[in-house]
Amino acid sequence: MNFDLRNNKDFLAGMLFIAIGVVAVAVARDYPMGNAMRMGPAYFPTVLGGILILLGAWVTARGIRSGEKLKGEWGWKPLLMISLAVLLFGFLMSRLGLVPALVAVFLVSAAGGREFRLKEVLVLTALMSAFAVVVLLYVLKIPYPLIAGYLWIS
Amino acid sequence: MDILSNLSFGFGVAFSLQNLGYCFAGVLLGTLIGVLPGIGPLVAIGMLFPLTFTLPPVAALIMLAGIYYGAQYGGSTTSILVNLPGETASAVTCLDGYQMARQGRAGPALAIAALASFFAGCVGTLLIALFGPPLAEWALMFGAAEYFSLMLMALVAAAVLTSGDMVKGFCMVVVGLLLGLVGTDVNSGMARYTFGVLELYDGIGFTVIVVGLFAISEVVSNLASREPREVFTRKISNLMPSRQDIRDSSWPTVRGTAVGSVFGVLPGTGPALSSFVTYMLEKKIAKDPSRFGKGAIEGVAAPEAANNAAAQTNFIPMLTLGIPSSAIMALMMGAMIVQGITPGPQVMTSNPELFWGIIASMWIGNLLLVVLNLPLVGIWVSLLRVPYRWLFPSIIMFCCVGNYAVNNNAVDVYLCALVGAIGTILVRLECEPAPLILGFVLGPLMEEYLRRAMLLSRGDPSVFFTRPMSLAFMIGAVLILAVMIAPALRGKREGG
Repeated sequence: MNFDLRNNKDFLAGMLFIAIGVVAVAVARDYPMGNAMRMGPAYFPTVLGGILILLGAWVTARGIRSGEKLKGEWGWKPLLMISLAVLLFGFLMSRLGLVPALVAVFLVSAAGGREFRLKEVLVLTALMSAFAVVVLLYVLKIPYPLIAGYLWIS
Repeated sequence: MDILSNLSFGFGVAFSLQNLGYCFAGVLLGTLIGVLPGIGPLVAIGMLFPLTFTLPPVAALIMLAGIYYGAQYGGSTTSILVNLPGETASAVTCLDGYQMARQGRAGPALAIAALASFFAGCVGTLLIALFGPPLAEWALMFGAAEYFSLMLMALVAAAVLTSGDMVKGFCMVVVGLLLGLVGTDVNSGMARYTFGVLELYDGIGFTVIVVGLFAISEVVSNLASREPREVFTRKISNLMPSRQDIRDSSWPTVRGTAVGSVFGVLPGTGPALSSFVTYMLEKKIAKDPSRFGKGAIEGVAAPEAANNAAAQTNFIPMLTLGIPSSAIMALMMGAMIVQGITPGPQVMTSNPELFWGIIASMWIGNLLLVVLNLPLVGIWVSLLRVPYRWLFPSIIMFCCVGNYAVNNNAVDVYLCALVGAIGTILVRLECEPAPLILGFVLGPLMEEYLRRAMLLSRGDPSVFFTRPMSLAFMIGAVLILAVMIAPALRGKREGG
């Protein structure tokens, strides 16, 4: 038995699976269940959710027994920065257009790396953005605004 | 002579200027991306997947197939030159290939790898042409119960044969199945798990899952781990293998092809396992096993032949039964669904130009790989020196743009960030993402077949065990499970 569960990989994985299973079953309660012959929309997901909870419990229990820890670091910084970069792209793309979104992706994601060299990142941003613009607008011919409200190429 | 006429029909399709161009583009892009460190075929396809949306179906699949084996080949190149496999299938090639490179024989190693792959690719293509049609005909007799059992078997195999832990593999399959159910239920028209988000009514986009789970989480994992990279930069002088090299590697190539072809068809196995198995086989039957791991050319030829043969025969269950046997085939199947083609035995009759065109293009693609890669190896080597800090923001850019371009909405991009974050955490907790993607593709289909089978049997689940084919698949699933569990139990008893 091991009660230090903070970085216990199987314990955490199991809990995550149980959580997903519980959400699946709980949300499915709003849908008609039907019966085995005429399955309603809730039937299959409820069964799957149940299976996932059981399997998750198994993994959790195994984690508590073995107490095996995660190897290496979590890497929160890259996870946070990369996620933020992707979110920012979606946010800016639909509001300000392609170029601001691309600039944000490069600056923010590069900040998640081990070393950040501003000059390099700026050159990379310019080159790759130009490449993306050419591919999207001229090769695939998808008319995106470069900068919303100001600059259109179509 | 049916096969000949079919193949010539396929070559007719594949040799059209447009399709030839897409095949070439796919192989080139695939190799280019496969050579880049830390990016395997899965990520390559995931990233370039949206690019193919605007193409006609045949061209899209030809290009994706080209990316697949191009990336695989690129992975072998990095295995040999920098001891860094792009993905697990070429991990074995590192053992002897890198040693050969260190002895100054990188050229022959690359050449033999290319030739062995080409030979295996030819055989694999022929096998698909031979066995595809009868298999599809047989599959046309399947009812809902058979399909459900077959999918169950495929998922069990995927969970059991994953490189990680088995129980977690099952969990990932179930999570995938659940994710596949998000969206409007076909039977009742009810929106499930959409949480009021309008964009989810059509289900979670395929690209969202693939890019998030494989590309983004891969980038984050790479950034989080600190592995020094030793790039092998010595110049490659002589490409030609000696006559002795060719003699030494010809039988291993044939054996590797045989093993790979068999493993490629089995659900859940694919190229990775087959290359390991062949390597072990070669080592066992070699006169002097101690040479392995020290630059034996058989250790390059056999696994390279095996993984390429498996990469080809992998297509058989997907194209004929509509069952993906690996994560990459799940991607291919997703691409077909996006293109409006329902994968399954009817594809051969309803879209013959697709089926035979892809098969013919595989052979062309394999030829292109040899022609392209041997002269271009210098360029690939210089690509290896691109630092990762330039690479990863560009990968993220492709992920974002690709996801946005599918439906022109930001919700897909947000979802992709979410899937990427959860995927990264799951990978950190040592849960393999490959079984999830199989579940995701099969989820809606499985539910549909389950419903149909149970409706026909009036709610009696014994239907899965009384129909002979269905029973056979169920027994298959149990056998796969038993084979994997048995040694684990025995080991425990001996150990404890």
